[in-house]
Amino acid sequence: MIEQRRVISVIVLNEHGVLSRITGLFAARGYNIESLTVAPIPGSKYSRLTIVTSGSPRVIEQIIKQLHKLIPVYKVIEHSEIVEKEMVLAKIPLEESLADVEALCRAYNGNIVNIGQESVIIMAADEPLRIEHFIKAIERFNPKEIVRGGVVAVER
Amino acid sequence: MAKMTGARMVVEAMREEGVEVVFGYPGGAIMNVYDEIYKHRYFQHILTRHEQAAVHAADGYARATGKVGVAFVTSGPGFTNAVTGLATAYMDSIPLVVVSGQVPLSMIGTDAFQEIDAVGISRPCTKHNFLVKSADELPQILAEAFYIARTGRPGPVHVDIPKDVTAQLGEFSYPKDVKIETYKPTIKGNARQIKKAVEAIAEAKKPVFYLGGGIINSNSADLVRELVAATQIPAVETLMARGTLRYDDPMLLGMVGMHGTYAANMAMSEADLLIALGPRFDDRVTGKLSEFAKYAKIIHVDIDPSSIGKLVHVDYPIVGDLKAILQELVPKAKEKVNPQRYESWREILQRYQELHPLTYEDSDKVIKPEWVIQRVGEKLKGKARISTDVGQHQMWAAQYYPFTRPREFITSGGLGTMGFGFPAAMGVKRGVPDEISINISGDGSILMNIQELMTAVEYRFPVINIILNNNYLGMVRQWQTFFYDKRYAETDLSMQPDFVKLAESFGGVGYRAKTKEEFDEALDDAISKGVVALIDVVVDRYENVLPMVPAGGSLYNMLLEYKD
Repeated sequence: MIEQRRVISVIVLNEHGVLSRITGLFAARGYNIESLTVAPIPGSKYSRLTIVTSGSPRVIEQIIKQLHKLIPVYKVIEHSEIVEKEMVLAKIPLEESLADVEALCRAYNGNIVNIGQESVIIMAADEPLRIEHFIKAIERFNPKEIVRGGVVAVER
Repeated sequence: MAKMTGARMVVEAMREEGVEVVFGYPGGAIMNVYDEIYKHRYFQHILTRHEQAAVHAADGYARATGKVGVAFVTSGPGFTNAVTGLATAYMDSIPLVVVSGQVPLSMIGTDAFQEIDAVGISRPCTKHNFLVKSADELPQILAEAFYIARTGRPGPVHVDIPKDVTAQLGEFSYPKDVKIETYKPTIKGNARQIKKAVEAIAEAKKPVFYLGGGIINSNSADLVRELVAATQIPAVETLMARGTLRYDDPMLLGMVGMHGTYAANMAMSEADLLIALGPRFDDRVTGKLSEFAKYAKIIHVDIDPSSIGKLVHVDYPIVGDLKAILQELVPKAKEKVNPQRYESWREILQRYQELHPLTYEDSDKVIKPEWVIQRVGEKLKGKARISTDVGQHQMWAAQYYPFTRPREFITSGGLGTMGFGFPAAMGVKRGVPDEISINISGDGSILMNIQELMTAVEYRFPVINIILNNNYLGMVRQWQTFFYDKRYAETDLSMQPDFVKLAESFGGVGYRAKTKEEFDEALDDAISKGVVALIDVVVDRYENVLPMVPAGGSLYNMLLEYKD
């Protein structure tokens, strides 16, 4: 069966061990997590998790049903029409052409966010696929470190 | 309201929940709770001799009564011993609340004496679990624990309480109604789906009822009997559903699956409609999935949406409480379904039953294990509860015992836990004291919790253990015979204790039966004396459980006999 990439948001009670319940479910059943982001929902007792996963339609269906089954899960949102964004930070040596670096960042909705003694830190925030392209593009500037933030998503 | 300690809250919560018995084993981290048990005798506490047995006993109690079983254990090794019990209950959806002690909050994470990440360990084998952080949370958490255990798809819930929390003072106000915002099991089935299912039944030519453990858990066997009688559609039972229909119900084709009857497995293979009521399509039932019920559309009723469509495609999914759904479905089916329609189908299946009935070759020289089960059935059907351990004896019991009602057969299905039978049978005896509690075991299984003879003797639980002793780890030996060229790697259990003396040394009564007469005498004597008994029955060493569908094989390819 064809593997499909899916973005699933899970609204959970903010309580002890809840993240481990979710990741444990994926681990125990051999489901794949490509990325996972979590943060509290402002002004509520809930947190929102955004999980990027992939699998056959049957696996995706099971993931959703199994997530629903967890007691602290309030809601599982299976996105179809969504806006997805991911952030990435990278450390570029100072000797690289900063003008070129900055121009590249701008093209990916980012810029230089810090300049240190040996390197600059750049940031970009864009759709996950474009982030992949950005990461490829900055390779020519010899990045020392690249940190991806994971996907966040919201329905349109 | 006066303040009280967390430990006192635990016993008060048991009183609020109407708990009549707790099985357990004390230890350092749960001593505060035990001190309260000593002071307030709200319920009977039964001291098992192993934590695993405490949880199995609570489980047996729950299976026999339908109530929530409760066990208390201490931290660290006390808790890890309890895990097999939790996993057993989880796989079979049995409502339990297991309370464990934990090291004080300030010591959690320091690798303290008898510390273990209990909630981390129990997470994958419980329906839900809690680590209590303060005494103030305790009433709410305990109320939620009982509520979660018994509602929806039932299951075990684990509550881990640090020692300082049991010493802390807090307000005790026990919630009368529990509402959990994030947990709302679906009870009522979708009316349109139910209607469609009834139409599908009315239009089918070769329908089969596929009866699962959900029937027992939801107490809907009466409705199922009504439905089967009204529609005259043949039915098969899973291991967990045994007793749903009476053994002599003309519509019952027997158990389905790996050791199911020929007729039951052929019915599944040839059916054009499976009416699945509360089963979970376990691999021991389905065999090879691609060949399973190939010609059938499937109606699947289950309270757990994740059970539906997990393994096979379902045409008519109905999520909800089986009882609530049947209350709606049965009258509709009575109205719409014409039982005459399936007459030729019934005839086909009857021929299958006649062609390959469930049978064995009896002998005068050696006791056949199947004979023992039949004999117990002749003497006790309808009057006893039958628990089993796991292995050949379990399958023979499931095949040959004449079950008359639900909750009569107590067995570890999903996890297949050796050592389950005896402690569970004690819990059964505590739950239904007026009935005889029989544990059918093997010489391998019984040794896994034999220490409970002491508990049974102390609390006068006259459980009769019948050991079908073939000096082998029989089921593994059977597989070695069929699939490993008789290389009996580590399955020979010739080295054995003297079971008679062993029973006597604990204060019970031991019998050895080498002939049918001896067995009859032993069983009669044990029943009339009402004692903790152990009957060591020397049976045919080489008997196999048949029919058999080899693991991963298709249901219609059964081994019906084995000749050496």
